[in-house]
Amino acid sequence: MLHLVLFSVFGAICVAGAVNLLVQRHPINSALSLIAVMASLAVEYLLLGAEFVAAVQVIIYAGAIMVLFVFVIMLLNAGEEERVGGSRVAIVFGIPGMLVGSVLTAWVLLRYSGTSGVELGAMPGPPKTIGWLLFHDFLLPFEVTSILILIAIMGAVVLASREEIPAPGERGEV
Amino acid sequence: MSVTTFVIVSVIKTVIALFVLLTAVAYSVWLERKVVGHMQNRWGPSYVGPFGLLQPLADGAKFLLKEDLTPPHVYKPLYIAAPMLSVIFALTSIAVIPIGNWVDIFGLHIPLQITDLNIGLLIILGVTSMGVYGVALAGWSSNSKYSLLGGLRASAQMVSYEISLGLSLIGVLITAGSFSLRTIVESQQGRFWGIIPRWNIFHGQEVAFFIYLMSAYAETNRIPFDLPEAETELVAGYHTEYSAMKFAMFFMAEYANMITVGCLATLLFLGGWNGPLFGPPLLQAILPVFWFVAKVFAFLFLYIWVRGTLPRFRYDQLMAFGWKFLFPLAIANLVITALVVALRS
Repeated sequence: MLHLVLFSVFGAICVAGAVNLLVQRHPINSALSLIAVMASLAVEYLLLGAEFVAAVQVIIYAGAIMVLFVFVIMLLNAGEEERVGGSRVAIVFGIPGMLVGSVLTAWVLLRYSGTSGVELGAMPGPPKTIGWLLFHDFLLPFEVTSILILIAIMGAVVLASREEIPAPGERGEV
Repeated sequence: MSVTTFVIVSVIKTVIALFVLLTAVAYSVWLERKVVGHMQNRWGPSYVGPFGLLQPLADGAKFLLKEDLTPPHVYKPLYIAAPMLSVIFALTSIAVIPIGNWVDIFGLHIPLQITDLNIGLLIILGVTSMGVYGVALAGWSSNSKYSLLGGLRASAQMVSYEISLGLSLIGVLITAGSFSLRTIVESQQGRFWGIIPRWNIFHGQEVAFFIYLMSAYAETNRIPFDLPEAETELVAGYHTEYSAMKFAMFFMAEYANMITVGCLATLLFLGGWNGPLFGPPLLQAILPVFWFVAKVFAFLFLYIWVRGTLPRFRYDQLMAFGWKFLFPLAIANLVITALVVALRS
């Protein structure tokens, strides 16, 4: 019973934060709503018994990535966005269409995926289980992902330092 | 233990922990002023009460009674929320910190800790990583150039040093094999050759302790890493525009963070409440808590000592030190610890 209440409350916060993220006109308010979404998602993970995932969600997403978002917004001193009127077609058909689509998806998933409600503790929760899964069962995907991230970091470094290294042909022009 | 007893015991523990923490915060301010005063050949606070011991109370009354100015150009919702966020996140971490063994009282067997989680350390890391928002949002919402620079510096610095801080802890986690702070302390019981205590700092984690110490100074924005509030260049950095109780909340958050970091250092590297036990049963029950408090106090004293000794870093030095020295060192320490543990088992 308590779980259902907590799930509903934090689910509602999550959805409200996501809507607020889109509605707010100032980037910093949107970023803060996103943090609220991340934090309430962490609570939902906790309710499933996935305490390690919940903690990592807070540390990585809410604590590190969103700090960088806020940092960039502060650094650029981004002001309020201008409201673009938007097309009436999008409001009349888009929002009901999205609602119907998501309800339909949820219904199909519940009806035909063959899974019932998830019990508390059904997810791999303790750090030991997660570690075993990552470094034993899913070792190859894990390592491939780390290489992918390494490539992304190298790409970012190359893009960021492009102007300081003149290409061989351009040297004489300056 | 029934639900009612559990709730009552938890509430009592929470109230006591908060009371002790807030008092400790107030008196670490007093300690800092006194110690730094003596280092600079001054007396420090000495008028209010014996040895100036009532100075924190006087300061508290002053903060409460002062006029709470709100500059006209601030972004109000965040300007008000920022100090609250700071202090909330600073006080939350105490919930998972154990200060001693189990006690038997009124027929109940209770741990000296608000709650023992098997991911206790991760909770502390998560809460401290959220703590940066207080500082960053204060800097941004004040809408003043000094505050903004302070907030920017704080978020860049805390994100950078959080990495080496986290990596320095993994060595300890590998040796203890658990995230639970209680288990980590229990793994440090005993002595080598009957003399040297089996604390992690004497157990192959010396380098990790050094990295932790440096990163902890940077995470709490203390000298020599206090660039977010560098008085000589930024007036007061992120809290330039704050006055009265809102300023006091930032102040409390800073000292509460110092105490948390001290507790964590004690638990992870200095053996927690482990120490020599002697005397009658009552004394034996109190001694572990005494050892814990003494170690935290030593850590706080070191903090103040460093503050009275070292000048501030330049900003590029700060970033270079974090990324080019501490970070590789932390990775090397992690790899070596993991190798040794793997070869031993």
